[in-house]
Amino acid sequence: MVVFKKPHALSDVPLHYCPGCTHGIVHRLVAEVIDELGIEGKTIGIAPVGCSVMAYNYFECDMIEAAHGRAPAVATGVKRANPDNIVFTYQGDGDLASIGTAETVHSAARNENITVIFINNAIYGMTGGQMAPTSLPGQVTQTSPYGRDVNLCGYPVKICEMLAQLDGPEYLERVTVNNVKQIKNAKRAIKKAFQNQIDGKGFSLIEVISSCPTNWGMTPQAALKWIDEKMIPYYPLGVYKDRSAEKKGDEQ
Amino acid sequence: MSTTKYLFSGFGGQGILFIGKFVAYKGMIEDKQVSWLPSYGPEMRGGTASCSVIVSDNQVGSPIVSNPDVLVAMNLPSLDRFENSVVAGGTIFYDSSLIERKVARGDVKAVGIPATRLASENGFPTLANMILLGKILSDRGEFTDEGIRAALGKVISARHADMLEVNLRAMQLGANYQ
Amino acid sequence: MEKKVLMKGNEAIAEAAIRAGCRHYFGYPITPQTEIAAYMAKRMPKIGGTFLQAESEIAAINMVYGVASAGLRVMTSSSSPGVSLKGEGLSYLAGADLPALVVNVQRGGPGLGGIQPSQSDYFQATRGAGHGDFHMIVLAPASVQEMAELTVKAFDLADKYRMTSMLLADGTMGQMMEPVALDDLKISPMPEKPWATTGTKMERKRNIINSLSLVPEELEQFNFARYEKYAEIERTEAAAEEYRMEDAEICVAAFGIASRVSRNAVDAARELGIKVGMIRPITLWPFPAEPFKRSLSTVKKYISVELNMGQMIEDVRLATECRRPVTLCNRAGGMIPTPEQVLEAIKAAANGGEQ
Repeated sequence: MVVFKKPHALSDVPLHYCPGCTHGIVHRLVAEVIDELGIEGKTIGIAPVGCSVMAYNYFECDMIEAAHGRAPAVATGVKRANPDNIVFTYQGDGDLASIGTAETVHSAARNENITVIFINNAIYGMTGGQMAPTSLPGQVTQTSPYGRDVNLCGYPVKICEMLAQLDGPEYLERVTVNNVKQIKNAKRAIKKAFQNQIDGKGFSLIEVISSCPTNWGMTPQAALKWIDEKMIPYYPLGVYKDRSAEKKGDEQ
Repeated sequence: MSTTKYLFSGFGGQGILFIGKFVAYKGMIEDKQVSWLPSYGPEMRGGTASCSVIVSDNQVGSPIVSNPDVLVAMNLPSLDRFENSVVAGGTIFYDSSLIERKVARGDVKAVGIPATRLASENGFPTLANMILLGKILSDRGEFTDEGIRAALGKVISARHADMLEVNLRAMQLGANYQ
Repeated sequence: MEKKVLMKGNEAIAEAAIRAGCRHYFGYPITPQTEIAAYMAKRMPKIGGTFLQAESEIAAINMVYGVASAGLRVMTSSSSPGVSLKGEGLSYLAGADLPALVVNVQRGGPGLGGIQPSQSDYFQATRGAGHGDFHMIVLAPASVQEMAELTVKAFDLADKYRMTSMLLADGTMGQMMEPVALDDLKISPMPEKPWATTGTKMERKRNIINSLSLVPEELEQFNFARYEKYAEIERTEAAAEEYRMEDAEICVAAFGIASRVSRNAVDAARELGIKVGMIRPITLWPFPAEPFKRSLSTVKKYISVELNMGQMIEDVRLATECRRPVTLCNRAGGMIPTPEQVLEAIKAAANGGEQ
């Protein structure tokens, strides 16, 4: 009996991520969801610039590598070209919440019928640990060596809270993957985000609070603990917008 | 083989670009080579608008008219600005109800017609441009009802087809004005 | 008789694009090209196409990247400052070998510059649209009819060579109206695009659209292959119009609106008995070097007429291998040379005055 196997939608190649990084978990969740929904043949994934820049090698569906921050614009083009395709972007915090803020906000405002997987690990990983738009106040990084000084460089960007102010987006949820229970919850959210697109409901974004042990300078275990202790108090988990549920609520 | 270079000018909103377009369409229907080039940008909003129109038997080179054979001036700033650019022996048509001074140059033909006054007196206050256009065409010996109808049919969009007759009447009024 | 309509250059581009099968347009408002977007906004919803006003030029070019990845004909249009913003996307389109049409209706620069016509993006279009080694096919229409014809050709070439085509016009060309015979446009069917990301349908291996290549040996090979393609394009696609060049001793080089002005000057100079002609590049990249090389047998002097501070003049010098003097006759910042100014330059060259 097979008890564990690679999802079909996940390519059979070694991932380049650091030991203890949670990208691998989220990749697997996305692939499992694609398998379970039976959509691999019509799914197009858009990879960002950042640690997941080579995500185009890790999924078996058609993949596109986008310029830094532009994945939602590219996804908009793909979806408008072939509305029957299922289109997802997979983006980090620098990509989605800094250089690509405009593309993020406006694809959400347009309620583009796409799925966005947003990895928030509060740091630029690929370039070696610089301050991210989501780095916490006081967080030490290569470019905030004395800790993020909010007087100097402002406060972190809370994407789910911010996008929830828009009328456009269908679904916004923040999850994490630092223990089994949370991983199962994250998968549920990701599946809903894809199902929403299949159902034509519109823009769904799942923010995944993730760890970066290498650039946080921690062991993988300590990094997972840091998520609970530091990240989640600043970035509370939960559903920030669910338009369909709101509508249902109105009807009751 | 001949080429006529027109410069139409006036306030934005007087329908300067429209009568320029009419002349270009009429030329095109008559199998001439034509070009129409508007001034564009902020001056279109309330300031002086102008457009260059060239009607030629030959291929049109530069579409920019800096020395017109025919200047059409619907306001004083336009006449002030362009009077000296008209070629010797050219013609200046102007709205004498809005421009109080005479054309200063002696080496051009000046034709004034109180188009704006005639327009309001005759119940189509927005068609001063068409009155002036009628005068230009009759003065140049190019006013034929069928030619005008054909060009009007092109330049007036289907949506405003009901405006064709009133435009024709305004043009006839200008053409017959002495 | 062919049916002609009077159209603005910008509108002719839009209509020709639709006739060429383009059903996706993304843009951001900027003068003097806005009529293209306005035309698309009106027409696309009626023919099942997409018009989308993007949040920025950057987003627009990346939406283009998305549709191009999906294998469909797609375009964006802008004017100089907006095209600078598209530079990133142009480089990515080149790196991923994607076909698309980008229209630049140029205005004066640098910076915010003005809104009057200019040709000062020649370098940007032919040399430096973005980072990295790449070219775009650059077409320069000189009439509204050509705006339509070259739009169709731009799509054909883009698909044929899997690269971006740019239509390089200017404010005058965009705003002017001339008769156009649209029914004469030759529309060829779009080639198959087996590389497009349209979904594997579980029937083929995945397609990947990508410009990342971290192994320098591999990236070098990609560049070599792309430049072999470019060499083929230089051999086969360069195009120019030669006007009264038979016995010309003076040659005016001009494209777009500058060629329209120069045509008057050449005619006027010929009436004065000056043996002058004009070479009008229709493709700016590849630059039509061959007619210039051929002209060396009679031409003693070249005059480059441009609406900029002298950009194409470098290509004229390269094409003639600096074997003859090349002078510049120009206006800049939104000003346009007059036929008189060009005629004076021709006369000066004929009199041996200007070197």
